[in-house]
Amino acid sequence: MAGERGAIRALAAELAAGRRSAEALVAGSLERARAEGARCNAFVHLRAEAALAEARASDARRRRGEARSALDGIPVAIKDNMVLEGEPTGCASRILEGYVSPFTATAVEKLRAAGAVVIGSTNMDEFAMGSSTEHSSHGPARNPWDASRTPGGSSGGSAAAVAAGIVPAALGSDTGGSIRQPAAFCGVVGIKPTYGRVSRWGLVAFASSLDQIGVLARSASDAALVLEAIAGHDPRDSTSIPQPAPRLGERLDGDVSGLVIGLPREYFVEEGVDPGVLARVREAVTRLERAGAKTREVSLPHTRFAIATYYLIATAEASSNLARFDGVRYGRRAAGARDLAEMYRRTRSEGFGAEVKRRILLGTYVLSAGYYDAYYRKAQQVRTLLRRDFDAAFAACDLIATPTSPETAFRVGARTADPLRMYLSDVYTVSANLAGLPGLSLPCGLAEGLPVGLQLLAPPLEEALLLRAADAFERLAGAPPVPPGAA
Amino acid sequence: MCPKSEKLPSRRVPPPAVISRADVERIAALARLSVSDAEADRLAVELEAILAHAEQLGGLDTEGVPPTSHPAELATPLREDVPEPPLDPERALANAPEREGFAFVVPRVIEAEEG
Repeated sequence: MAGERGAIRALAAELAAGRRSAEALVAGSLERARAEGARCNAFVHLRAEAALAEARASDARRRRGEARSALDGIPVAIKDNMVLEGEPTGCASRILEGYVSPFTATAVEKLRAAGAVVIGSTNMDEFAMGSSTEHSSHGPARNPWDASRTPGGSSGGSAAAVAAGIVPAALGSDTGGSIRQPAAFCGVVGIKPTYGRVSRWGLVAFASSLDQIGVLARSASDAALVLEAIAGHDPRDSTSIPQPAPRLGERLDGDVSGLVIGLPREYFVEEGVDPGVLARVREAVTRLERAGAKTREVSLPHTRFAIATYYLIATAEASSNLARFDGVRYGRRAAGARDLAEMYRRTRSEGFGAEVKRRILLGTYVLSAGYYDAYYRKAQQVRTLLRRDFDAAFAACDLIATPTSPETAFRVGARTADPLRMYLSDVYTVSANLAGLPGLSLPCGLAEGLPVGLQLLAPPLEEALLLRAADAFERLAGAPPVPPGAA
Repeated sequence: MCPKSEKLPSRRVPPPAVISRADVERIAALARLSVSDAEADRLAVELEAILAHAEQLGGLDTEGVPPTSHPAELATPLREDVPEPPLDPERALANAPEREGFAFVVPRVIEAEEG
């Protein structure tokens, strides 16, 4: 059927013309979520009845001429770490089993206020800690391109759901690359906005100074539509940016002439990068150059310290944030404990998975007496140096282009025995979180049959520039390939 | 003018971390986690490898570099001191594993007297 993978605006036009109903669109999404979605274990919860009722309400609004936006009646998915009132939120963790949220995340609320219909929540690495969506109490998610491979992570379920054609867009969260890397692995667009651009209210915290909600979609223009809907200041999140939400969709004019793209020499090294990935990324940059963009080499000299800095800061913040899961107010509680301390210990030991425990322990260690200065404070200082690297680089260019990940989707189970190796695969993405910058991954071709992501980074608040360049690339390169057998 | 002497940047390199099973148990106690002996042995090896990678930061001169605790350089935002409706207590307690009236019930905190 034409349009199953269609752009949101095309779907909206069909809805507006009465050629389709939101109910049929949402029913189709639910059906695919149960078929293709089950094959890649993309969803952990479907709210079929509520979604169909909301779709019918959307159809009724449209008939009255009261459609709220281009998103009215469009099916979407949210990651399992974003709350929606009356629905379970589990963060793919046993410790939140049975939790039903009494409130709704701001980003989700805004999406629904625009008329979008949330069909369910997607699989993820437990508490967003991972790069493969294997650390999940629901079992590993699979890549729609090849079921023996991971979809990346931690927003792997959202990326798989979009790539498999189940929903045109999904929300994800990105703490060290958790939107961009799965977008790259699954061949979709993923944008992590500037820190503070989207409210974190109702996003279960992992590392509060790094976490940011963003969008996975099949095109830059779809990502722009959804990001425009969820962005903006929120008085309930004191770190949300006071500037008004940017108009993004109308600036996608395909023009990149004069745009200066910086290529960090530290990122374009042969060592440790899949040659196919590097070739596709270089070709993509050349394509933009032929369309009038200029390139120049820039330097981000502290790049090699980024992973260590990231894992010290992220785990320190995580150890503090995850202290709230104590079996007292919500979620799982271990039965039969004799006293409070034992209840805490047993609840947390039974409820958290191995990767979450590892990170809590690492974070506790780096914050503990005697180690704070050597590890945590030191990492915060290096974070400053990494930010200064970007300040200097952006004085000489408008955007920075890099591979999103040094490799294409790896096989399920290939990294789980070696946590450090898994961490090192985040080398290209963590710096944007440490510096608070917006970043985007877009499909730029295949290497040995698997999608490759081109990452674009911009100065703070320049999401429009990222989306404009990504959209221009799509116009030049044509629609990206879709997974074999996908609708 | 004399040329600046070639001076190595001042470094405070911590000794390479050696993580023992006892260290893991100590950290686990702080984090309110319990680990089996086998888990503690495995975690000691894993944490040591991760910290060994982090040691490279020790070689960087960060003298006088201010720490970044947060990417957004925002002043603490203030709002009018006007009360807003709180979360309804009934809904706030709806997820409680155990409750009594408007209170969360937990196991005893103080150890019982012997005898």
